[in-house]
Amino acid sequence: MRDVAIVGIGLSRWGEVWDASLRTLWTEAALAALDDAGIDHVDSITVGSMAPGLFVGQEHLGGLLAGELGMAGVPATRVESACASGGVALRTGFAEIAAGLADIVLATGVEKMTDVSGDDCTAALAAAADAELEVFHGATFPALYAMMARVHMARWGTTREQLAMVAVKNHRHGSLNPHAQFRQQITVKDVLSSAKVADPLNILDCSPITDGAAAVVLADMETARKLAHGRPLIRIAGVGQASDHIALQSRPDMAAIPATTAAAQRAFKMAGKTPADVHVAEVHDCFTIAEIMVLEALGLCPAGEGGRQAESGRTALGGALPVNPSGGLKSKGHPVGATGVAQAVEIVTQLRGAAGKRQVANARVGLTQNMGGTGASTVVHILEVAP
Amino acid sequence: MSTLNPARTAREYPARYRLEAARCEACGAVSFPARLVCPACRGRKFAAVTLAPEGKVLTWTVIHVGPPSHKHDVPYALAVIELGGGVRVTCQIADVDPAKVEAGMAVKLEFRRIQQDGEAGVIAYGHKAVPA
Amino acid sequence: MSVGIVGYGAYIPRRRIRLGEIAAVWGADAAAYERGLELHEKSVPGADEDTITMSVTAARRALARAGIDPLSIGAVYVGSESHPYAVKPSGTVVAEALGATPAVHCADLEFACKAGSEGMFIAAALVKSGEVTHALAVGADTSQGAPGDALEYSAAAGAAAYIFGAANLVATLDAQVSFMTDTPDFWRREYMHYPRHAGRFTGEPAYFKTTFGAARMLLEKTGLQPKDFAHAVFHQPNGKFPMRAGKQLGFTQEQLETGWLSPWLGNTYSGASPIGLTAVLDKARPGDRIFMVSYGSGAGSDGFVWTVTDRIDEVRDAAPRTRDQLDNGKMYVTYGVYAKLRGKIRMGE
Repeated sequence: MRDVAIVGIGLSRWGEVWDASLRTLWTEAALAALDDAGIDHVDSITVGSMAPGLFVGQEHLGGLLAGELGMAGVPATRVESACASGGVALRTGFAEIAAGLADIVLATGVEKMTDVSGDDCTAALAAAADAELEVFHGATFPALYAMMARVHMARWGTTREQLAMVAVKNHRHGSLNPHAQFRQQITVKDVLSSAKVADPLNILDCSPITDGAAAVVLADMETARKLAHGRPLIRIAGVGQASDHIALQSRPDMAAIPATTAAAQRAFKMAGKTPADVHVAEVHDCFTIAEIMVLEALGLCPAGEGGRQAESGRTALGGALPVNPSGGLKSKGHPVGATGVAQAVEIVTQLRGAAGKRQVANARVGLTQNMGGTGASTVVHILEVAP
Repeated sequence: MSTLNPARTAREYPARYRLEAARCEACGAVSFPARLVCPACRGRKFAAVTLAPEGKVLTWTVIHVGPPSHKHDVPYALAVIELGGGVRVTCQIADVDPAKVEAGMAVKLEFRRIQQDGEAGVIAYGHKAVPA
Repeated sequence: MSVGIVGYGAYIPRRRIRLGEIAAVWGADAAAYERGLELHEKSVPGADEDTITMSVTAARRALARAGIDPLSIGAVYVGSESHPYAVKPSGTVVAEALGATPAVHCADLEFACKAGSEGMFIAAALVKSGEVTHALAVGADTSQGAPGDALEYSAAAGAAAYIFGAANLVATLDAQVSFMTDTPDFWRREYMHYPRHAGRFTGEPAYFKTTFGAARMLLEKTGLQPKDFAHAVFHQPNGKFPMRAGKQLGFTQEQLETGWLSPWLGNTYSGASPIGLTAVLDKARPGDRIFMVSYGSGAGSDGFVWTVTDRIDEVRDAAPRTRDQLDNGKMYVTYGVYAKLRGKIRMGE
């Protein structure tokens, strides 16, 4: 297996981007990444997008977007793994280079969510859950995570306030990120008094609807060194992916995310590292409870201690292990298919020392965790500054 | 949405209408609805079984913002219910004050209207839990 | 051969609305309505309930008491004036849910409030003819009353199911009659949402004339008199009519009481006298004779004489009793919620 590095990163406009279509957003991000890498040719393109068919009536994104970039002819693959589509697009690109099928891959993610009504958006997102066992009966995503939260709270004594503190922390980080969708700070009281969505989750416990695209340029290490331009070389040290049964009811322990645990173990093993080596992480906080459960599943804190991480300040900027310095899905935004790639964009920015006000000091090893549905698929990447 | 397509609706009758499940002949795990491969042991031979409707609440939520199909039913309780033999289902709890649902609450599955395809389309029936 | 009821079951929804709640909205004198109709509250179906769901639950309860293999059910008749589909019988869903298909004769019936007893009449006759081993008849309705109309105070929801057979009976059917004339007292035209009625014409010339007609046919056919019966059940569109009819025929308060549910249930239309009969069966003793006359506007009455057997004591508690469902676990709703549940609010497209 060859070594793979990230040599360019880019983001499109991000938020409720009324005047940009899916293809425009994607092309913006792709061009930004290509320009950042200083190249104008790639061997292969991967695109992560959860539901372009449902959101904008468009499938076949690989062919479409290669053409939009003026690269018709380049092999282009759209991958889907619900909210982990971006992470899978990244891993797919990594695999092509590691296997020697390509030297330079443009790995991207995109989602255009605001061209449909709120109702249709909810229905499209619900396709990540089990259509027959869960959605048919009236389940929504917040409802499924709310049921997980209730088990976690009953088992470990996690409190509503601890959930709210995750949102507060991520908004504080987002206020320092010029690219975040929501840059206002919020308080625990704001979260607890915000509109109910699915008991015990309120609207401020939930990540928003966002338009956006993210892109990274991957290259084999030899090619990457030629493109470094004096910047730190960022190597993908480890990758792990795992699946699980989709329906929450199928999980023996509904307060755990086995796919995340398995994906993390595989990634750490490949990287030859342990959770203690991680300096900064971008994790999938689709709901406040998700960040709490994910930290436990990744082994970044002991089981049951997830609620204390934001509460104690450990996972805030300035703490021992900053988590979601970008603002996370909650504050930065969550264009579904783009998120997994955007997480990598943030970690690369951190490892390059280019994160400005939200810079984690001396960050040399970073982790991204991207998951689909209630955790039925997870991809974990470990990035490090290469020597 | 496609879950209300007439052909698909009819295909789901054994599970939705009659709680028909499949017990793996190799390891005894019960799959509901029936499937081709046992998730516990990958076995491929099954015996037909019917689930008894009694169960208890494992976890639940009260949905205040519903999906389009249940927009006007809010607030309603959705739960993961454990039936006999450890089989779990996800369904609404009907005829209950959502604020009074508790973990471990005894429930029974009852035949109810789950969704309908507007005023003119097919009606999809299934089961909801009601307080036992 | 002896034919009769092998199993019976009733389903009453949990929600209720008080008459006073309805009267307040329309500026009516609640106390006067309650006195005049002898009605206090009525059942309200949930948004997820309809004639089919109630029929399935009632039929499953009948099956629990019958203790038979559903595949032995050779006919399913659901009588209602609120079938969810105008075309596609409610009985198809009921039969499929019970696991009785495919060797089943099925038809939906309509005859205003007597569609349930109508199914019972046909089911019994089919078993008697030897054509089927068991036949299921259900009377169920989620009837509608036009907003502000007198019928809004009584239109309620409920279901009763009966499995007929020739063995292991809980009650034998000793006689059945039907009395029917063209009497336009209450009707609903195709595509109209609410029924119409002819005011006071619905009383003497319709309900009472028809009920007495069937009652006399039944007494003549059997050579019995009111004193020979332990219980009597009549159609109950309100609290007053069944009592007046029964007493005029010579039955006493005690004979009429057990099957008299309307003051607290409302008028469950096709479910009315069939549900009344289930309440009687829940309490009756072996050897009790039961007199039953239904009524459906349009107009007709089916009459039955039943005799309870020893088996009733063995199976009575295999399913929830009717009175328990009527009296316990009630959830009261406001008129606003009632109007929402009954689809009386004009929604956006």
